[in-house]
Amino acid sequence: MNIVVDLNRCQGYAQCAFVAPRVFTMHGEEALLYTPAVPDDQQGRVLRAEAACPVQAILVGEEAGAGAR
Amino acid sequence: MHGEPRDGRIVIVGASLAGLRAAETLREEGFAGTLTLIGEEPHTPYDRPPLSKQVLLGTVSADKTGLPQRREVDAEWKLGVRATGLDPVGKQVLLADGEKVPFDRLLIATGTRARPWPNPAEAALDGVFTLRTIEDAGRLAERLDAGPRRVLVVGAGFTGSEIASACRERGLEVTVAERGPAPLVGALGGTLGALAAKLQRAHGVDLRCGVTVTALEGNGRLTGARFSDGTGIDADVAVVALGAVRNTEWLAESGIAAGPRGVTCDAGCRAFDMYGIVTDDVFAAGDVARFPHPLFEYQLLSLEHWGNAVAQAEVAAHNMIHAGPRRRPHLTVPAFWSSQFGLNIKSVGVPTFSDQVVIAQGSLKDARLVAVYGYRGRVTAAVSVNQAKSLEYYQRLIETAAPFPPAPGAADRIESPEPVPSDVPDPKVLSHGPTVALTGHLPDRRLTLVQPAR
Repeated sequence: MNIVVDLNRCQGYAQCAFVAPRVFTMHGEEALLYTPAVPDDQQGRVLRAEAACPVQAILVGEEAGAGAR
Repeated sequence: MHGEPRDGRIVIVGASLAGLRAAETLREEGFAGTLTLIGEEPHTPYDRPPLSKQVLLGTVSADKTGLPQRREVDAEWKLGVRATGLDPVGKQVLLADGEKVPFDRLLIATGTRARPWPNPAEAALDGVFTLRTIEDAGRLAERLDAGPRRVLVVGAGFTGSEIASACRERGLEVTVAERGPAPLVGALGGTLGALAAKLQRAHGVDLRCGVTVTALEGNGRLTGARFSDGTGIDADVAVVALGAVRNTEWLAESGIAAGPRGVTCDAGCRAFDMYGIVTDDVFAAGDVARFPHPLFEYQLLSLEHWGNAVAQAEVAAHNMIHAGPRRRPHLTVPAFWSSQFGLNIKSVGVPTFSDQVVIAQGSLKDARLVAVYGYRGRVTAAVSVNQAKSLEYYQRLIETAAPFPPAPGAADRIESPEPVPSDVPDPKVLSHGPTVALTGHLPDRRLTLVQPAR
């Protein structure tokens, strides 16, 4: 599972950083850093973070083009 | 027309963010034909913003920044092969391996590449880097891990400033050399440029403005650099952050309106040919495209923005599979973000399309503010520093061409309600290219905002 956060949308509510702190961390007061390739044991938390994001900025999916040469 | 708009063969050249989002949108909106994605890099699509942040900080490995795919795109991926030409009459894309890929409709999404250091011998020194691809980021992160004595960053645009920030966060000594008067000044103008300079110095960056790097020195391996003011430094690593070059060379013989400034297209992402006639089967999106934007007097805009790649790709894909009357214009208000030196900087509109700026909320002293930009009495942009939640309000003012300076109404006190000149410099005085290029001019100053010819 991979994620990308639309940081134009992200407003720094930090809900994701509470739900999945190993994947999302605040950098300073407002800026978000995240781990694009989600570790297997964090997938449930990331799905909860995706749902909890007030501005729906987290996009979750399988890595694009998987299986492409 | 070549059959129904939702059938046939669509080829997308460029397998990064814009190409991927276009492919997803085509399938989402019912494209049932064959889809081919061609990418020069051997990788499936990956995200670039983390490369100058998480990857350089060492929290994410460069090869773990793959973009998620939100739906099955059922495409044939041709990766690791460069498109070398376009035959617009025979409707084929020519590839470096000799293959010819036929299409009914084509999307050009070839983006940009890092502008290399102009002296090839110096650029080849071990320790000299650019930062654009995951290979670049991986090699640079590895070198930063090794603990260089000093890193030189050439160019203080967003990429250069983010690199300097990551180095300082790692505790590395950093020198930043910028030809213009301040960091970020080409994108944000003089007021926030001065704030950025103060911030960099407060974080221990050896910032040198108004100087150019005249030589990178070394014998096989980088040892230092000379500056135009006669000074020099010792450095183990140099990162060349001189902006981007648009990947349009492959279109040189195609008859498409493509050149160093990008591929010119209309508001519906349809490319123009060299005579200024719009094509109906060749589209462009993302960093490589330049398009007229009504909010900015229909000047042609080139945007090196993540959000533009997404939005423009979605419009291009929609228009590729809909008949004329159902096509949509790409009218998105430009927006981007950067994080550096512990601050979150976000922008809406086009700050370089301005003659004045006012700090509408917060203050420069606290490094928490919203700067609002105006052009001839209307709001054209806003930039927040650690105050991102306010931006949506200003976006609405931009969209409605609200009067500048904006009326009070925000909760914060206004530090200095008087607008001052926005001091957007001519890009010629910058060491890097602007991430937003208005490829026309600002009428009052006859200021040509173009990439200097190389």
